[in-house]
Amino acid sequence: MPDTENGPGPSLEPVAGPVKSPTGIEGFDEITGGGLPTGQVSLVCGGPGSGKTIFGVSFLVAGAVDYREPGVFVAFEETEEELSRNVASLGFNLDRLCDEGKLLVDYISIERSEFEAAGEFDLEGLFIRLAHSIDSVGAKRVVLDTIEALFGGLPNEALVRFEVRRLFRWLKDRGVTTVVTGEGGKDSISRYGLEEYVADCVILLDNRVTNQVATRRLQVLKYRGSVHETSEFPFIIGARGLSVLPITSLGLAHPASKDRVSSGIEGLDEMLGIKGYYKGSTVLVTGTSGSGKSIVAQHFVNSACARGERCLVLAFEESPEQIKRNMMSVGIDLDRWMEKGLLKIQARRPSLLGLETHLVNMHSFVELFKPEIVVVDPITTFITVGTVSEAAAMLARLMDFLKGLNITAMLTSLTSANQSIEATQMNISSLVDTWILLSNVDQDNERKRFIRVMKSRGMASSKSIREFDITNDGVLIQDTAVASERK
Amino acid sequence: MTQTDLKASGDTDNDNEKWTLRLYVAGQTGRSLAALSNLKTICEEHLAGKYTIEVIDLIEKPQLAKGDQILAVPTLVRLLPEPIRKIIGDLSETERVLVGLDLKPDHGS
Repeated sequence: MPDTENGPGPSLEPVAGPVKSPTGIEGFDEITGGGLPTGQVSLVCGGPGSGKTIFGVSFLVAGAVDYREPGVFVAFEETEEELSRNVASLGFNLDRLCDEGKLLVDYISIERSEFEAAGEFDLEGLFIRLAHSIDSVGAKRVVLDTIEALFGGLPNEALVRFEVRRLFRWLKDRGVTTVVTGEGGKDSISRYGLEEYVADCVILLDNRVTNQVATRRLQVLKYRGSVHETSEFPFIIGARGLSVLPITSLGLAHPASKDRVSSGIEGLDEMLGIKGYYKGSTVLVTGTSGSGKSIVAQHFVNSACARGERCLVLAFEESPEQIKRNMMSVGIDLDRWMEKGLLKIQARRPSLLGLETHLVNMHSFVELFKPEIVVVDPITTFITVGTVSEAAAMLARLMDFLKGLNITAMLTSLTSANQSIEATQMNISSLVDTWILLSNVDQDNERKRFIRVMKSRGMASSKSIREFDITNDGVLIQDTAVASERK
Repeated sequence: MTQTDLKASGDTDNDNEKWTLRLYVAGQTGRSLAALSNLKTICEEHLAGKYTIEVIDLIEKPQLAKGDQILAVPTLVRLLPEPIRKIIGDLSETERVLVGLDLKPDHGS
C-alpha cells in the first residue's frame, strides 16, 4: 500500500511526528505506526541468530519492491553469495533485485589479521565506497550488517567510534533511511554502546527459550517523536520472512455483525435467542472430559458446511480420521464436506512447535483456505507449550485476527473435574462473546449431561440449564429447563 | 590515477625480486601526502631499484575501493611479492611499516 499512489493534493492525515518508511515486516509497521523514521538511522540490536540480518533484508526488499526505494546492503559478515543464499528460503530473491538495479549488496571484508596499522588513518574509504554504492542505484535505504565488524576488524577503538558516529551523521545528511544492526551487549543495549549515537530509533531482538521452546521477541526501545508500542512482541521467521504479532486493541475496532449463524443444534439456537451465534463472534465451549465439546463444535461445522460455508478445524488432540469416526458415530458425516472441499481439518501436536509458530501457522491456514468458520479444538493444550499467560496472549491475538476477518471462531476448552465451573483456564472467557458450559452429573446410576449459556453478548439468551443427550443423531437438548439460575 | 614509477639506479641487492605497491588515499590531504612521502623514504632505503608505487585516489576512482577491500585510508597494499599484505595509516611508524611489508621480523606486539 504505497502512499505515493494518492497523488498530489492535500493529505487528510494530520502531520504529526516523524515521516516513516514502511518496512513491509508484517506487524512491525503496525506497532510503530508506519515503520522506521525516514532519513534517520535506526539501530537493530540482538544476539547471534536473533534475526537482525533478516530484519535488514526485509526492510530493503520491501523498499525495492513495494515503495520504489532502491537499497544498499553492506554486508560485513557474509559475502553477497552467502547472503543471497541464506535469505532465499524466506522468499527473497536478492539476485533478481540486484539485476534489476533495485538493490546493491556490497560485501566488505574486514579481517583484523589482514591489517597492519602504521600511523593515523580514518574510514574515508568506507564513506567513499558507500557513497558510490548509494549513487549507483539511487538508494533511499541502507543497511549496515553488523557494525561491530568495524570494531573487531580495525585497531584503535576510539578512532572507530569517532568514525562510526561520523558515519551515522553522514547517512542522515544524505537523507537515506538506515538500519544499522548490532550485537547485543551485557551492560548496554549494543556491545559498543552505539545506542548513544542513534537518537532516533532503537529496536531490540531477542531469542529466549521457555519450556524448551524458543520464542523470538521484538521490542521498540526508543522511537523519538513517535508513539509506539513498548511491550515485547513475539515474532517468527517463517516462509514469508519476519512477522511480528501485535496484540492490538482486542475486538474493539472490528465491525459488529448483526447476522446470525445457527449453532447446528436446534435446542441451543433456542437458548441463544432462537437464531444462534453472531457471525464473526468468538464462541467458547468449555466442559470436563467427555462432556461433548467436540460434538457441539462439529454440529456447528456440519450446519455451516450444509449452507455451503467453508470451515477450518484446527485439531490438537485427535487426528482427522479419529474425528471423522467419532462424529460418524453421532450421525455427523464430515467426509462429504471434506470431499466437497468445504471442510479442512488440520491436526497438529501442540508440543511440536512454539506458540508463536502455531499462531503464524494458523494465520497462514486461514489465509490460504479462507474459511467462514474456524474451530480450535481444544485450546487447553497450548498451556503445555507455553505458560498460561503466554497461551492466553496467543489466543487473544488469534481471536483478534479472526474477528478482523469476520470469521466466526469456536474454541473448546477442557475444564478438569475439580475446577470450579467459573474457572476457565487462561481467563479467556472474558474475551469471548459467547460462552457455553457443558457438564456431567452422575445421578441415579446414570450420567446426566447439562448445557448452559454462561454468557452471550448482545442477545437475549436463556439463562436456564438444560439437560441434553448425545444420540445417534447428535446432541438433543431437552425442552424444559432443569433448574433456574444457579448461583 | 596518478602513477608514480620510481626506479632507483643504485641496485645493490642481487635479489631481483619485484615489489608492486599500491597506495590508496582519499584526496590530496596532509595525511595522503605524508603517507606517500613516508612510503617513498622507506622504499628508497630498503627496496631501492626494485619497486613501483601506484597511487589511487578513491575520490577520483571510488569504484576501485571494492577490489582491494579498502575501508581505511591511507591503505598501502603490497601486491607483489605475494602474499598480499595491507598496512593502514599514514605510514609514519616506520617500524610497523617494515613489519607489515615483511622487511623486518615482528619482534614487538
